[in-house]
Formats: sequence, structure tokens, C-alpha cells
Amino acid sequence: MHFSFQNLLFLLVAVAGFGLFAWQARKIRANILVGRDRDMSGHVNERLWKTLLVAFGQQKMFKRLTPAFLHLIVYVGFIVINVEVIEIMVDGLFGTHRFLQFLGPLYSALTGTNELLGALVVLAVVAFWWRRNASVVRRFTGPELRAWPKLDANIILYVEVVLMVALFTMNAADLKLHQLEGKDLPGAFPVSSLLTGLFPDNLTALAVLERVGWWAHIVGILLFLNYLPSSKHFHIIMAFPNVFYSRLVPQGQFSNVDSITHEVKAMMDPSYAVPAPATNPDGSALAPTPFGAKDVDDLAWTNLLSAYSCTECGRCTSVCPANLTGKLLSPRKIIMDTRDRVEEKYNSPLIFHPSLYGAEAKHNPQEQLDKENHTLLRGYVTPEELWACTTCNACVEACPVNINPLESIIEMRRFLVLEESAAPNSLNVMFSNIENNGAPWAFSPSDRFNWADDLFVTEKTPVTA
Amino acid sequence: MAEQTAKRPVSVPLMADLAARGESPEILFWVGCAGAFDDRYKRVTRAFVRILEHVGVSYAVLGMEESCTGDPAKRAGNEFLFQMQAMTNIATLNGYGIKKVVTACPHCFNTIKNEYPALGGEFEVIHHSTFLQQLINEGKVTAKGGESFKGRRITFHDSCYLGRANNIYEAPREVLEVLDADLLEMKRCKTNGLCCGAGGAQMWKDAEPGKKEVNIERTEEALATLDGDADVLLNLQGVESTAPVLPAGSNRGGSVIAVACPFCMTMMADGVKNKERESDVQVFDLAELIASAEGLNA
Ligand code: SF4
Ligand code: SF4
Repeated sequence: MHFSFQNLLFLLVAVAGFGLFAWQARKIRANILVGRDRDMSGHVNERLWKTLLVAFGQQKMFKRLTPAFLHLIVYVGFIVINVEVIEIMVDGLFGTHRFLQFLGPLYSALTGTNELLGALVVLAVVAFWWRRNASVVRRFTGPELRAWPKLDANIILYVEVVLMVALFTMNAADLKLHQLEGKDLPGAFPVSSLLTGLFPDNLTALAVLERVGWWAHIVGILLFLNYLPSSKHFHIIMAFPNVFYSRLVPQGQFSNVDSITHEVKAMMDPSYAVPAPATNPDGSALAPTPFGAKDVDDLAWTNLLSAYSCTECGRCTSVCPANLTGKLLSPRKIIMDTRDRVEEKYNSPLIFHPSLYGAEAKHNPQEQLDKENHTLLRGYVTPEELWACTTCNACVEACPVNINPLESIIEMRRFLVLEESAAPNSLNVMFSNIENNGAPWAFSPSDRFNWADDLFVTEKTPVTA
Repeated sequence: MAEQTAKRPVSVPLMADLAARGESPEILFWVGCAGAFDDRYKRVTRAFVRILEHVGVSYAVLGMEESCTGDPAKRAGNEFLFQMQAMTNIATLNGYGIKKVVTACPHCFNTIKNEYPALGGEFEVIHHSTFLQQLINEGKVTAKGGESFKGRRITFHDSCYLGRANNIYEAPREVLEVLDADLLEMKRCKTNGLCCGAGGAQMWKDAEPGKKEVNIERTEEALATLDGDADVLLNLQGVESTAPVLPAGSNRGGSVIAVACPFCMTMMADGVKNKERESDVQVFDLAELIASAEGLNA
């Protein structure tokens, strides 16, 4: 172990990298907490089990086998290769070399697996790039995949290749250095050993290349970590809490609005005591919350958490009956809009994201005209999109990280109906039919039992001789 | 053993009458608005009652005391109207001490089962597909003695509020199995089933501008499945594999799109009409198929 200038530099880089990430994470946490309170306590075992299956186990990815397989390689590669990051951190801080080598045969297994996975990751990334850019996978297109989301998807792929190249540069240079010096390098390097021929025979050059690979790998990882909050790649972290906090009730069960329950109960039974509304800590009345959602802070915090977990994969949109038949509605867009809006209205911790709210935000010119209406509803999501939803839950079923776009859609419909009386006319007719006739059609309640008139059943009785 | 058949008039028991006599039925049959008013779905209601009469289960209906569950209002965002409806219905049901509710509508089923409990309505709620499956398992219904479906093609259209909403995929299929027909699955079935287009209050409004109506997309898929038509499947968006389940060849005729929901019934029947295939493809509810296979229609 020899402590050097490099270690000091590494300490600074690491502190800066993690510090910056912590700063971004705090802002995002604050953004999520602007959402309405929703009690998610309890059912911990059930939630952990689901997280194990859906997030760790990638359960829902296996609905589509090709991308599931490719994604699995990159995912397992990411987890296993990150064990190596622990080693890099220790080496970097304390000047050790391949600190984990004391593991002996286990170290060989680890480095060997890393190398093989690394090579597979490169292949998977090439396949991903092909699928995204050269083949026609319909869900990788769509109006919400504007310039930034498109670029973002490719940046992630390029960074993954760069990280793998750095890893192999480090290993191959190190291996060759040891070979030339007649020493044994602990570990197994099935891929790098094939690459040593590409490296120079000069000891100094090899030592430099080893360092370049080492620094590129770790600095790349720290940069990537700080890139996550600007990217759909944030799902590698956020998918876990999002799945943990996803709904446990049947998909068909929509939430009841408690304040309305009190009102209706009081109407039906005048003796019903409506519980006192919650107050601020100082006893003053809370600002009234509207029915449903007009803006991001009217959604539950879990919906905002979901917005940060979205992989922008478009599985939801690709199965949406409305979207499939050419309507404007795209559940993915609703989720992406939510994230964009919360960062516009509250903290924007993005450091890599180029001018999100400049030229690009003009995707909906109307919103620029009317500041008052510049909210999630209308500013980003139009009523036309919301009314096209059949509440079929296909999007919910399809989402690999258990996002529920339908919840947000219903909350915004509630705002349109209960706060603005802005339902399409035909639906208002349906409402008044229910109110007046107890049926959504204009039939007289007194005809409700007419179906039973003149009803016969064929009866078979054995003929006894 | 020889049998003689007779046409027996049915007087459907009303809950109010039973209560007046101090009786309580085993099940309350929740008819639903479509089941009570929609001309096509009234036939399903009547078929289901014939089955109830046939197996001799004690049942009753609310008749004019029934009111919309509030499902369309809730899905459209009118939570206030929904809760008014829900609490009125819950008061009626609780007033009669109802424990078990059977309904032929997945929307009523979902709403009463999942959304009424928090408002004070705790019932055992059973969809008629599950109820029919139970009758078949108990041997009370054999689907013999009436129309034969042997060798005919049937494809089942999953309704969202039965399938994804409540994870009921097997019951309707098991019911269809007793018909001894050729059951064909559409590419988008079970958890991946495609909506008929009517849920979420779409039934009562025009569709937003788009390229196509949802029910046409779904009907095309159903017809292509029954026909073994790869060309049609190829043109459907979102169908991952386009190989037909059957070799190409003309439909043998008399094929059936089976449904278990009044809205799916309307949408699929409209789709078949739009495709001008009414002559060889019919849309039937599970209860209708069972009642006619059992020879109960009179
Ligand atoms: S629930 Fe609505 S948004 Fe989701 S897939 Fe169905 S129609 Fe589309
Ligand atoms: S909501 Fe889910 S399915 Fe839709 S794009 Fe985001 S991650 Fe994919």
C-alpha cells in the first residue's frame, strides 16, 4: 500500500461525485413529497415479496422474451460488475492494488464472471442500439419521445460501452504488465487475455493505460450516477421503491374520495358527524384541496415517485387500446409529463438535461399562451387524451416497474368533472340519467323489471312407465 | 329413460316479496342496468334466470329497487354521483340482510366487490362465469340435451373488469369447455386481452378522433382467429406474433365470439355487424350458450 497524490485526487473526485448526487437526490425527494399524502404503511412482507419478484426478479419483463433476455444481461452485469466498484473505491482511497485478491479462488470467479458479463453487455448494448435506432419497434417512436428522450436512450447505451471498454483496458493492460514482468496477476481474465495482443510491449505505456482504464471506469461511473436524475435510467434506483409502494388491491378497485364520503353520508343521514378537517400545526385551516388533480401537487406522492421510475419503454402505450387505434392518449406521455411538470414547477436538479423548458417544451403551443392554465392538466395533458381512456388497465398490467398511469388519469378526470363540470356533453347526459332514472340510459325506472315478463323455462321430467 | 319436456312459466321472485314472507334467498341476482334495459342483454338475463330455475337454487332480484351501481359515473370521474348510488344500493342490500350477490355484469361485479366494502357494503360477490363454473363442477349443469356446439369454433373475449381488474381468466374458459366446441384463443388474451372499447364510460360517448374504433380492432382480431386469417392479424398493431392459431381456411360457419359482459356484447356485436359477418359469426354470452346447450330455452 502506498498512499500518493492519486489517492488524494480520488478522494476529492469521489466526494464531489457522491456529494453532487446527494444534492440531486434531496431535490428529487422534495419534488416527490409535494404530492398528496397517502398512507402506505403496513403490508411490509407482501411489499417486500413483490419487490423481490418484480424489481429484483424482473418478473414482468418476461412478457416479452427478446428484450427481457437482453435487459437481464445488462442488469446482472450491472449488479455483478458493481462488486468491482467496491474494490476500485478501496484501491483508490488506500492505494491498494486489487484489494479483493485475498478472496483467492473466489476472486478468480468474480473477475472471470465480470469479464464474461462485460463482453455480453457490449453485445446486448449493440442489440439494444439496433432495436432502438435501426429496426422498427413501434413503442420506441411516438410524439412524447422528443429530442431529449431519444438522445438520452442512446447516451445510456454509449456510456455503457465506454465503461466496458475502460474495464477491459484496465484489465488487459494490467495483465500484460504482469506477464512482461514475469509476475502472476491474481484473478481470471478470459476476455482481456484475448486482448493483450492489441496492447503495446512498453512497460511505461502499459502502466499508463492501466491507470487510464482505471480512472475512466470509476470517473465514468460517478458521472453516470449524476446523469441518472436527468435520465430515464434513474429507474435502476427508483424502480425498487416504486414497486415496493405500488398498489396491492385488485386493479379494478379505484380509490374512494374520503371527503366526498363524509358529504354523502351527511346528506343521507343528517345526524352523521363529519369529522373535523385537519388543520395546520398552529391550528389554522389548511388550504382547501380540490377534488381530483389539476397539477402535480394534487397527485399522490406515489404517482410522483412513479414518474421518476418510468423507463420510457412504452410498453404501456403499445398495449393501450386508445393509442393503438390512433387516439391522442399515451399513458407513457402522462407519466413523462408528470416528471417534466414537477421539475418545471418545483426543483429542477437536472444538470445534464439540455434546455428542457426552452424550445422543446413548446410541444404544446397553447400552454405558452395561458400562464393560468399552465398546469399538468391542460398545460401538458389535454382533456382529449384523458377522455379517450377505457380504464382497461392494460397499461398497468404491462408496466415492468408497476407504474399505474390510470390513477393519474382518473384523478384528472375527477378534477374536470367535479371542479369544472367539464365532462363531454354525452357524459353529462349519462350522469343525469343515473341521477334521475337510476340507470345510465334514459329508461323509466318503472320498466326495470319488464325483462321478466313472459318468461318460460323448458322443463324435462322423466316419464315413468 | 324417456323424458317429456314441458314449458313452465317463470315468475321471478322479488326480494321485497320474500322479505315480506320472512324468507331469505341463498343468492341475490344483481341484474344491472344493461341486463334490465338493453334489449340484447335482457336475453342474457333471461337465460341466466332459466339456469337458476333449472338448478333450483333459491334466488331473488331487487326489481325496481335496484339502481345503477355507479360504475360509469366513477370511471368518468363523477365520484360524488358514484358514492350517492353506492350508498343507496348498500342501504337497500343491507336492509334485506343480503350476504351473497351474483351478477352477470363485470362492472357491477367489480364495483360491488371492490368499491362497496369501504362504504359499508360487505358482500360475497360472484360473477356469473364463476357461478356457472361452480354449477358445472357440482354436476348441476351438464350442457346436454339442447343445442350441440360440438366442433363449432368459439373464441372468448376477456372483459377488462373480469380479467385484469379481478384476475378471473379460467372460470369462463372452463364454462366453455363443457360445450365440446373448438376453443380458440386470440393472440391478445387473458392478461394481454384487448379492451372492447366500452369501459371507462366510453359506452356513453363518441370516441375521440383516431384511426379506428377499438371494437373494430378487437372484432377483426376475433374474426381472424376464427378464420385462421394471417393477413388480418398482420395488420393489427400490438399483436406480437402474427401466426394464426388455425391453418388458413374458411370459417366453418356458426362460429361464436363468447363474451361475459354487456358492454363487450354490444361492442363485439356491433363489430361483427360492421364487418358484415352476422351470417356466420354470432356473439353470445356464456349464460346463453349454457342455457341453450342445456335445452332450457322455451
Ligand atoms: S387504462 Fe386507459 S391509458 Fe391505460 S391502456 Fe387502458 S385505455 Fe390506455
Ligand atoms: S409507465 Fe411503465 S410501461 Fe409505461 S413507459 Fe413508463 S416504465 Fe414503461
